[in-house]
Amino acid sequence: MKPIQVIPRAALPLLGAALAALPAQAQETAHSIDEKINEVVGNITGPFVNFIFAPFPGTSFPWIVLWLVIAATIFTLYFAFVQFRAFPHSIALVSGKYSDPDDAGEVSHFQALATALSGTVGLGNIAGVAVAVSIGGPGATFWMILAGLMGMASKFTECTLGVKYRNEYADGTVSGGPMYYLSKGMAERGFAGFGKVLAICFSIVCVLGSLGGGNMFQANQAHAQLANIFGDYPGWITGVIFAAIVFAVIIGGLKSIAQVTEKIVPFMGVLYVGTALIIIAINYDRIGWALGQIFDGAFTGLGVAGGLVGALIQGFKRAAFSNEAGVGSAAIAHSAVRTKEPITEGFVSLLEPFIDTVVICTMTALVIVITGVLQVDAETGQYIWNAELGRVETLGDVSGVALTSAAFGSAISWFPYVLALAVILFAFSTMISWSYYGLKAWTYMFGEGKFQEVSFKVLFCLFVIIGAAMNLGPVIDFSDAAIFAMALFNIIGLYFLMPIVKAEMTSYTSRLKSGEIKRYA
Amino acid sequence: MATETFVVAYENKEGDDGLLDYAIARAKKDGAALLLVHILEWSPYKFLTPQEIEERHARRKEELTRAKEVILDPALAKVSAAGLQADCRIRYGSVVELVAEIASEAGASMIFVGRSGTQSMTARIFGSVPLGLAQIAPVPTVIVP
Repeated sequence: MKPIQVIPRAALPLLGAALAALPAQAQETAHSIDEKINEVVGNITGPFVNFIFAPFPGTSFPWIVLWLVIAATIFTLYFAFVQFRAFPHSIALVSGKYSDPDDAGEVSHFQALATALSGTVGLGNIAGVAVAVSIGGPGATFWMILAGLMGMASKFTECTLGVKYRNEYADGTVSGGPMYYLSKGMAERGFAGFGKVLAICFSIVCVLGSLGGGNMFQANQAHAQLANIFGDYPGWITGVIFAAIVFAVIIGGLKSIAQVTEKIVPFMGVLYVGTALIIIAINYDRIGWALGQIFDGAFTGLGVAGGLVGALIQGFKRAAFSNEAGVGSAAIAHSAVRTKEPITEGFVSLLEPFIDTVVICTMTALVIVITGVLQVDAETGQYIWNAELGRVETLGDVSGVALTSAAFGSAISWFPYVLALAVILFAFSTMISWSYYGLKAWTYMFGEGKFQEVSFKVLFCLFVIIGAAMNLGPVIDFSDAAIFAMALFNIIGLYFLMPIVKAEMTSYTSRLKSGEIKRYA
Repeated sequence: MATETFVVAYENKEGDDGLLDYAIARAKKDGAALLLVHILEWSPYKFLTPQEIEERHARRKEELTRAKEVILDPALAKVSAAGLQADCRIRYGSVVELVAEIASEAGASMIFVGRSGTQSMTARIFGSVPLGLAQIAPVPTVIVP
């Protein structure tokens, strides 16, 4: 696959100047290191990626995407559209209306949601959407929103189980997530052995997912955005800098960096959505047209190769990668909340795909479509398909985060600089969250201990460098494959355990109606 | 049996010895009991990292134990040694709101609070505990220098 294109800018502050000073030979050597890493890692991950995205026999539909869509549909129907019915109650829970004041000082529903969101809202929302729209056309947005709405039911199921089957240790710390509900919950249902196998398999792919989507993809796109601003330079340089900072936080215990980042990230999120809304408002006369493109494209493809199916696959893939519903990662973050009712965390967690996909991803997609960075043939009104690159022609011939940047930059010239900062911070906070998810899976397999912890964390840092050095193609494919593989084992368990969630929901709802569950505010 | 209750917003910061001594002297004079209130500043909207979330329950237990054993128990012993009835409350949340709330719940007739002792910009913009109590206290409040 072609490496991501960059737009050299006139202004090349510090970094650009420093790199320009590098002797030509050193730059060549640097690029050849990139190529070597690409070749070696690409060869290793290839077979795994091919297996995960193998098409359903006789179709072009990857079986794993179908797997996720079917699961979200089943959970939506099984819980009778819980994502819509329970939405107001979820808001009430997050705002603390049902929180016992005596529990103050414990992890609140809001905090669990915010932490899970900081792991979820990341480059998937900025770069991933751009990839979906440039490959699947504007129609991919429609399927992405639909997948986001249905994914709310998957998230509800897994996060309820995450709290119900978490481990609480004598020192008061808590560990939860699919590993625990797959082993403990399945044992309760009489499938102890099978549950254990699922838990181990999940843990293996969770480690891979944390190294892929939670790490390499983030590092890669952060580098792409930096190169976009400062001019082309070798990826491993960004990788080494990022790896050093991540190392300082997760191994060196420099909590201040993480805390500062975590405080800025929500602000950047609001700034991002706010700017997107401003751009949409500036182009108010094109809103109807853009929505029309999204709706028409969803069913006709508008000239994009693959048509309806192409748009649908891209939409569902990007939604799953962005909101992680059915993947099981959020259940790890949500499981530490202090509540007597596991189902309440399920209700709260269903807001996550809504915020992540239905709101933030849609904003990105709308800005890309509305600003016209996707090239349209003036005569036919169809998008111009570049068969060689396997995507729609774009302004400046860019893809991924650079396309989003170009779209925002076409309306507000200085916004790419803000976006670069947002991308770096999103990437960083996502990495910190995923280093934790990966570590939990790692210690589930190898046991708790200093050696086990440090070995995983060092591995994690190495993958930051690899991720930043690789081309977008192999990185994004491996990221997708690892994340989707998590969903494979998690969802099998969810099918077995969904009656337990239903029993919890029925009991809670009846007690809520009878007034037994008290509202405090 | 004490006829009334005085609430003492007790932080154990520098100067709070003077606050406690003054409250004891006034309580003796009026035959009042003292209710020592220690609030651990906390917002349910504060951002926590995944690691902090995992450890939060354990940290809370530690914080409560420390507040009781290191801060309130010595103060309670001092009040009891002065021959007064004494009780305490430890809560998490906003200091000003909770001190006012506990004073109302306990039917207290007066609140004693130490002055903030700061002129920092933060205190000027966002106010301090004594300033906050001056605005919302349900009963007369004494700011002890």
